Amino acid sequence: MRSARYRRRILVNRFNLAMSLATMAFGMLFLFWILATLLRNGFTALSPTLFTQMTPPPGSAGGLLNAIFGSVLIVGAATLVSTPIGVLAGIYLAEYGRNGAFAEATRLINDILLSAPSIILGLFVYTVYVVHVGHFSGWAGSMALGLIAIPVVVRTTENMLRLVPSSLREAAVALGAPMWKVILMVTLKAVRGGVITGVLLAVARMSGETAPLLFTALNNQFFSSDMNGPMANLPVVIFQFAMSPFDDWKTLAWAAALLITLAVLVLNILARTVFRQPTVR
Amino acid sequence: MTTMNEAEALAEPVVQAPAQPAAAPKMAIRNLDFFYGSFQALKEVNFDIDEREVTAFIGPSGCGKSTLLRTLNRMYSLYPHQRATGEIVFNGRNILDGSTDLNLLRAKVGMVFQKPTPFPMSIYENIAFGVRLYERLSVRQMDERVEWALTKAAMWNEVKDKLKQSGMALSGGQQQRLCIARAVSVRPEVLLLDEPTSALDPISTARIEELISELKADYTIAIVTHNMQQAARVSDKTAYMYLGELMEFGETDQIFLKPKRKETEDYITGRFG
Repeated sequence: MRSARYRRRILVNRFNLAMSLATMAFGMLFLFWILATLLRNGFTALSPTLFTQMTPPPGSAGGLLNAIFGSVLIVGAATLVSTPIGVLAGIYLAEYGRNGAFAEATRLINDILLSAPSIILGLFVYTVYVVHVGHFSGWAGSMALGLIAIPVVVRTTENMLRLVPSSLREAAVALGAPMWKVILMVTLKAVRGGVITGVLLAVARMSGETAPLLFTALNNQFFSSDMNGPMANLPVVIFQFAMSPFDDWKTLAWAAALLITLAVLVLNILARTVFRQPTVR
Repeated sequence: MTTMNEAEALAEPVVQAPAQPAAAPKMAIRNLDFFYGSFQALKEVNFDIDEREVTAFIGPSGCGKSTLLRTLNRMYSLYPHQRATGEIVFNGRNILDGSTDLNLLRAKVGMVFQKPTPFPMSIYENIAFGVRLYERLSVRQMDERVEWALTKAAMWNEVKDKLKQSGMALSGGQQQRLCIARAVSVRPEVLLLDEPTSALDPISTARIEELISELKADYTIAIVTHNMQQAARVSDKTAYMYLGELMEFGETDQIFLKPKRKETEDYITGRFG
């Protein structure tokens, strides 16, 4: 018994399904195109010397050791500083401030910071720090990246804590636990995985940012562990080498791009597997 | 159908005096009013909760029985627009005073909620968490306390071999008994139970009711329930609430067999409209 109405419903369903599949395929096409290009160019450029030699002058052999090391240091310092700030601010917004005017203002400013163009954050650190100390430095790079990471961590921490049912909070309070213990040992623990995921995503975001580093950490041809001086880092190396006319530099840029992508991929997979936990009821 | 006018005309509460005015009540509620913002949820509530007895709060949804329970440990103070006036005298002090230490109060007046609320930690830690707040125990003493609390909640034998497992992996009934064990473990003086069995199957419910009867020997218990039979089975005194007022309070047998008010009888017999 197939009425015209029923047949029409099936047709509409097929049409909509086809459209959504097509749009998904359109998006995926570009993602895979990018990844395929990266893999084709990057894999041939991979070699053990990437991890043992410094970025070379044009025409000679070299690697990316100084840039890898610099990136890890700059992103690491930014993560160490921005994680506690972001988590604490997120706790304030979700547990203490709630709907107060101060919390609302903080939330608004955080959202603005979240969507601020990263080049502006770089220029900001350049103006208030680099200009005053008179030289580029790894620390300045960490500051600029930290400004990118903090709003991400604040957002995810707050969102995660808001998922905690108030009954769980009340249950801990009902035992006579002071608020700070309730938060640290019960509610934050209940969403531990989500908060860690937020931090890892912030790390992933920072490791690819170039613009904030151009005005802050700049670059360095040599190996340096001095956070007070200019430092090599992968994104700026990619930026400079990819725009150069030298083929060996371009190859290194592809290798660096592939390394960052793989690192971000690993972080994302970690965030979604190891730190995933059953959702709180 | 009870119209508003009839309800108002009959609003004078019938509160039965205690049979023997022996010991002072564990909690004495006097002229208690409660407000959610500008909405008054409790009106002039007066009654006593006696020591080592089970007091049941019954009444239709929204009548204020849970609100009443949440004033007894000041749980409402978590929320900015909720306030109570009047007196709740506990151990000689009015706990509605601004000077009350809420954490100490809540350590003495424990609470179990409608939905099981295990903490995201092991069964052992679920219990040790509360104990550690106010006591410093050796590992051995803590082991003993955990066993004692779980035994009290009639679940030691079920979980003794999996104390390290997450409390959230237990079944609903077990989770609720874990929450009772947790509340008992800090050795409170009063236990507040907010519809503790409404999310449970009949077998788990029966076990928790048995448990309440056993706990009565050591604790003063106040229980909110929607289940008439449950109130009749477990409680010594019953308070019938309606629209924020305490309509009738007295011995459970009397309330269920010879209610003084027509509305109480209507509610208990299910003829409430």
